[in-house]
Amino acid sequence: MTDPILETRGISKNFGALVASKDITLDLRRGEIHALIGPNGAGKSTLIQQIAGALRPDGGRIMLSGEDVTPLGTAARARKGMGRTFQISSLAMEYTVLQNALLGALGQRGDVFRFFRPVARDAQLREAAETALARVGLSDMHHMRTAELSHGQRRQLEVAVALTLQPRVFLMDEPMAGLGTEGTTQMVGFLDGLRAEAPILLIEHDMDAVFALADRISVLVYGEVIATGTAAEIRANPRVREAYLGEEAAI
Amino acid sequence: MIRESTLNAALLILLLAVPLAALLLDEPFIITLATRAVIFAIAGVGLNLALGFGGLVSLGHAAFFGIGGYAMGILAYHAQTFTPIMEWPFVIQGTKAMPVIWLTAVVASAIAALGIGVLSLRTTGIYFIMITLAFGQMLFFFTISWPAYGGEDGLSIYVRNGFAGLNTMDPITFFAICYGLLLAVLWLVSRIARSPFGLALGAARQNEARIQAVGQRPFTLYLVAFTISGAITGLAGALFADLNRFVSPTMFSWQTSGEIMVFVILGGVGRVFGPVAGAAMFIFLEHVLGGLSEFWHIYLGAILLGIVLFARGGLIGLVSGREVADD
Repeated sequence: MTDPILETRGISKNFGALVASKDITLDLRRGEIHALIGPNGAGKSTLIQQIAGALRPDGGRIMLSGEDVTPLGTAARARKGMGRTFQISSLAMEYTVLQNALLGALGQRGDVFRFFRPVARDAQLREAAETALARVGLSDMHHMRTAELSHGQRRQLEVAVALTLQPRVFLMDEPMAGLGTEGTTQMVGFLDGLRAEAPILLIEHDMDAVFALADRISVLVYGEVIATGTAAEIRANPRVREAYLGEEAAI
Repeated sequence: MIRESTLNAALLILLLAVPLAALLLDEPFIITLATRAVIFAIAGVGLNLALGFGGLVSLGHAAFFGIGGYAMGILAYHAQTFTPIMEWPFVIQGTKAMPVIWLTAVVASAIAALGIGVLSLRTTGIYFIMITLAFGQMLFFFTISWPAYGGEDGLSIYVRNGFAGLNTMDPITFFAICYGLLLAVLWLVSRIARSPFGLALGAARQNEARIQAVGQRPFTLYLVAFTISGAITGLAGALFADLNRFVSPTMFSWQTSGEIMVFVILGGVGRVFGPVAGAAMFIFLEHVLGGLSEFWHIYLGAILLGIVLFARGGLIGLVSGREVADD
């Protein structure tokens, strides 16, 4: 067994009386896709926000490659190698597609405080940005304004920006949402290969995609992980059937 | 629609042609007006870096304009009275040399902007506006109640400061100096706008979560932008004081902050040359409408309202349309 790259140890978070995360212990290992599923309001996005640093947990620790990153903010965790995509696309909307990708490449290289050399003439940055855009299939849209992209294209751009960061782990919050059948198929194929570069913690509502991709699945209900296991184990788990799959037990 | 770069060039040529024509027609007052426009443009270009590129609505840029003004006033005052500024622990003398004055103005206002920025950038939105306003007002009342340098009455400097043997009292020479500095500042800011820092700053303005996700803290980006912004506006303050050969607490007043903001909004927020168009238009209106009525600000207000409601890109946006893309 390899050491986990990302670990949460006993994460808990309450909003008043609402228990959003209850003693959540998870890990993400090299080369895997670990899917996080659960009904709406189970606390999936709250958990990913705590891992990414946007929310501070009330208790517990977050470890990245054995290092405690709990005290760090979002930006510092991103620099340590967390590549995040957002549930609701979070891009610089006035910028072009290429500029958004350049931003990621710039963040990866870490030398933002340079004031004279135009970004567009930096061949190294451009190459990193263009490669990432090509991988998600946005090659011919470099000069489109991000605000003019379709919902699905924005999801692809989110993934492209995460790619330019060359992270140690990907945190993806519903990357398939709104992609349509064909787009989802493409994205599934893409993520399937991506896990070899860095493991993916995946929140996804599309169960077909989850069962097609995930090496392991954790089921979150009312802020609590009720089961973790392979797709077959999760399908067979009676608690999961009862709590979550219920009427969808056919899958 | 005219390309933005063509428009920018036309603007610079116009700004140069007017005082040259005035020189031929022997109208020194017009040259002084053009110099005012150039100096205000520098102040606006400075504010635009914070307001336009960083989205930081500062209503306190008069602080930096005033600090630049007083940097000039204090140095020149000690030079003309032959008294040292301080004697302990080491002696600092006043000076009438423009480059030294500019450097002092830039450094002093940058330090002030850094300090004000550290405190006020913890807030956003309306609170940021209020805190920057409060800092400006604080300096305003401080200079009023500081008798050493004229207090409320301000300081008069009898002879304009010198620059490398030029006759700076000659209006066209002083105009040329200011115009040269405007070009330098425009070059600097247009480089910054296209630099890695500019890209990151613009992204922070549009979406803080995005810039954090690529590993940058918006606060640091804002602070650097605010500091450079304050320094440029401080340089304009030193020139403005030199133009009038007079500094007074009015330079620190919130109306000054408002006017600098008007240059930016009128010309086009976030366009490098926006404040140049805005300041030129402002001076033009002040001169033309000011001749018609004492209450010319009413017309200025109406024009500003029209720009804000119908032309979000300001004058530059109105003529040249949307900004060009990334290359």
